[in-house]
Amino acid sequence: MIVVTDLQKSFGKVRALSGVSFSAPDGKITGLLGPNGAGKSTTLRVLYTVLRPDAGTALIDGIDVVKNSLAARQRIGSLPHGAGLYPHLTARENIAYYAALCGVDRAAVDDKVQGIIDLLEITAFADRRTKGFSQGQRTRIALARALVHDPQNIILDEPSNGLDVMATRSLRELILKLRDAGRCVLFSSHVMQEVAVLCDDICIIAHGKVAIDESVDGIRERTGCDDLEDAFVAAIQMVAPE
Amino acid sequence: MTRTLLIVFAKEVIDNFRDRRTLASALLMGPLLGPMLFAFVINLSIERSLSDVDNSMALPVIGAEHAPNLRRFLESRNIEIVAGPADRAAAITAVKTGEIDVVIIIPAEFGEQLSGGEPARVELVSDQSDQEAERDARRARNAIGAYNQQLAALRLIGRGVSPVILQAITVDDVDVSTPSGRSGILLGMMSYFFIFAMLMGGMYLAIDTTAGEREHGSLEPLLSLPVTREQLMLGKVAATCVFMATSLMLSLWSFFFALRFMPLEQLGMTPNFGPGVVLAAFFLLAPFILLGAALMTLVASFTKSYKEAQTWLSIVLIAPTLPILVVSILNVRPKLELMFVPSLSQHLILQDMVKNEPLQWLHVTISVVSTLLIGALLTWACARLYRREGLLG
Repeated sequence: MIVVTDLQKSFGKVRALSGVSFSAPDGKITGLLGPNGAGKSTTLRVLYTVLRPDAGTALIDGIDVVKNSLAARQRIGSLPHGAGLYPHLTARENIAYYAALCGVDRAAVDDKVQGIIDLLEITAFADRRTKGFSQGQRTRIALARALVHDPQNIILDEPSNGLDVMATRSLRELILKLRDAGRCVLFSSHVMQEVAVLCDDICIIAHGKVAIDESVDGIRERTGCDDLEDAFVAAIQMVAPE
Repeated sequence: MTRTLLIVFAKEVIDNFRDRRTLASALLMGPLLGPMLFAFVINLSIERSLSDVDNSMALPVIGAEHAPNLRRFLESRNIEIVAGPADRAAAITAVKTGEIDVVIIIPAEFGEQLSGGEPARVELVSDQSDQEAERDARRARNAIGAYNQQLAALRLIGRGVSPVILQAITVDDVDVSTPSGRSGILLGMMSYFFIFAMLMGGMYLAIDTTAGEREHGSLEPLLSLPVTREQLMLGKVAATCVFMATSLMLSLWSFFFALRFMPLEQLGMTPNFGPGVVLAAFFLLAPFILLGAALMTLVASFTKSYKEAQTWLSIVLIAPTLPILVVSILNVRPKLELMFVPSLSQHLILQDMVKNEPLQWLHVTISVVSTLLIGALLTWACARLYRREGLLG
C-alpha cells in the first residue's frame, strides 16, 4: 500500500511536483498517467527514495520513505526508467547480486533466483552475459531483479518503453499475476490505452499536480468524454500550469 | 554492514575481472609500461656512455705511413686506422660537412722530428661545436696524448731521470658516492612509475563507481535497494583498492625482473632492489592506495560522463608527480616536514631504500600515518558525496 500526501519537489527554479497526493492500494494496479515532464518519474523516484521531497510525505506500508528509508526500500521492488544491467555479469548473476543486497539468505539466493527466472520465463538467456541483450530481454531481467526479494510494493517507471508487442503482452500478464497475488502495483505511462487496459485506478498528473484520481469509468464520467484519449486531454486541461 | 560491503566488493571484483579494458590497464599497462620504458632509457644511456671503451672506432688518418709506431699504439687501444681523405683541404671540407667526425694528419717530417728530439707535429681536424663528433675527437686526442706521455717517459728514463719528476702535483679524485647512491639519481623516477601503475590499476573501477554506473543506468536501481549508500561506496572503494594493490605488486616485481636485464654495474650503479626491498616498498607505498582510490572516486563522482571522468582522472594520474618533480629539480634532501606530503614522502623514502641508506623509522611512520589519514578523510568525503541527490545526474 502506497500513500502519497502533498508531495512537493523543485529542481532549482523548476517546480517538478507541487502537491501530489494519491494512494495505491494492495491487490490493485494503479496507473500514473501524464504527458512528458508532468512529474511522473519524479514522484516515483521519491517513492523509491533516490530523491528527497521538499515537503509532503510518502508512506510505503505505513513506513515513511524519508524518515525510515531503508525499511521502506525493503518493501519496494522498483524498475527505474531505462534501468541498466551489468554487462559483464550473466542475467542470473545480475539478479543474484540484487537478491544478496536485498538481504536474501545466502543459502536461499540460488533458489530464489531460479524461481524468478522461471516466473519471468528468461531461462533461455539466463546464463549469458547481458552485454548485447535486446531491450525486451534487458527489461525482463531488470524486472526479475526488482522482484527477487518478494516486495509487497512494485513501482515501475514506463516499463513498456521500447518493448515489442510480445514483450509488452508478457509484461502485462506478469503485472496481472502480481496483482492477483495481492501486491500493490504502481506504474507510470504516457500511453492512455495501455493504462486503460491494465489499471484498476488511474491517477492523471500534469504540471506536477494531480488532475484526476479515479477508476477508468470514473474518469469518463468526470470529464464527460467517452473516448479515453479525449478524456486524457480534458483531464490535463483541468490543471493550470503555474 | 560488513555483509553488504562484501557482496558489493565480490561483485565488483568479478565484474571488473571480466572487463578487458580494466584488466589491461590494471595488469598490463601500468605494471609493464613503466619498467619497459625505464629499461629502454637506461639501456640507451648505458650504450652511449660505454661506446668509448667497448666499440672499436674507425679513425681516418692522412699519412699514417709516416708513423708506424703511433699506428700500432692506436690500434692497441681499439682504434682502427683507415685511409683518410686525399689531402688537408679535402679533410677540412669533409669534417665541415659532417661527412667525417675527425681526421688526423701526420706530416712527412713526423718521424724525422721525433727522432731529432723536436716536438713532432700532428694535426687533428674536428668540429668542436658538434658534441657527438667531439666524442670521437676526444678519444683520438687522449690516445695520442697517452702516446706522447709514454714517449716522454721513455726519453727521461734514457737520460737517467725518473719520469716522476714531471708530476709536481697529482690530484686524486675521492668519490664518496656509493654504487647504490649513484643509482638513486637514475632510479629516482621509478617511485613515480609505481604510483602511476597503482593509480592506473584502479582508474576504471573508480570511474565505474559513479559515472560508469550512471551511464549504464544501473546506479538508480542500485541506490533504491535496502542498503545504505555508504556501504555500496565502501565496497566499491575496497574493490578499487584491491585492483590497485595488485597493480602495484605486479609493477614492483616487473621492475625487479627488468633490473636483472639492465647492465647497471657498468654505470657504476648497484641499486638495492632485491625481493626484500620489493616487499618493503609495497608496504611503504600501500597507504597511498586508499588515498588514490578515494581521490579518483571523488573526482569521478563530479563528472557527468565516462569520457569526462577519464579526462579528469588522467590529470589525477599526473598530480602525484608534481611534488616529486619539484623536489628533483631543487635537489631536496629528506626532511621531517616533507614526510607529511603524500607521494613525496613515499618517493623520498623509497629513494633512500634503493640507495641502501638506513631507514629513518620516524619518517616512515609519519609518511604511513599521514597518508592513511588523508586517505581516510577522502574516503569519508566520498561516502558523504554518494549521499548527494545530484549524484544521479
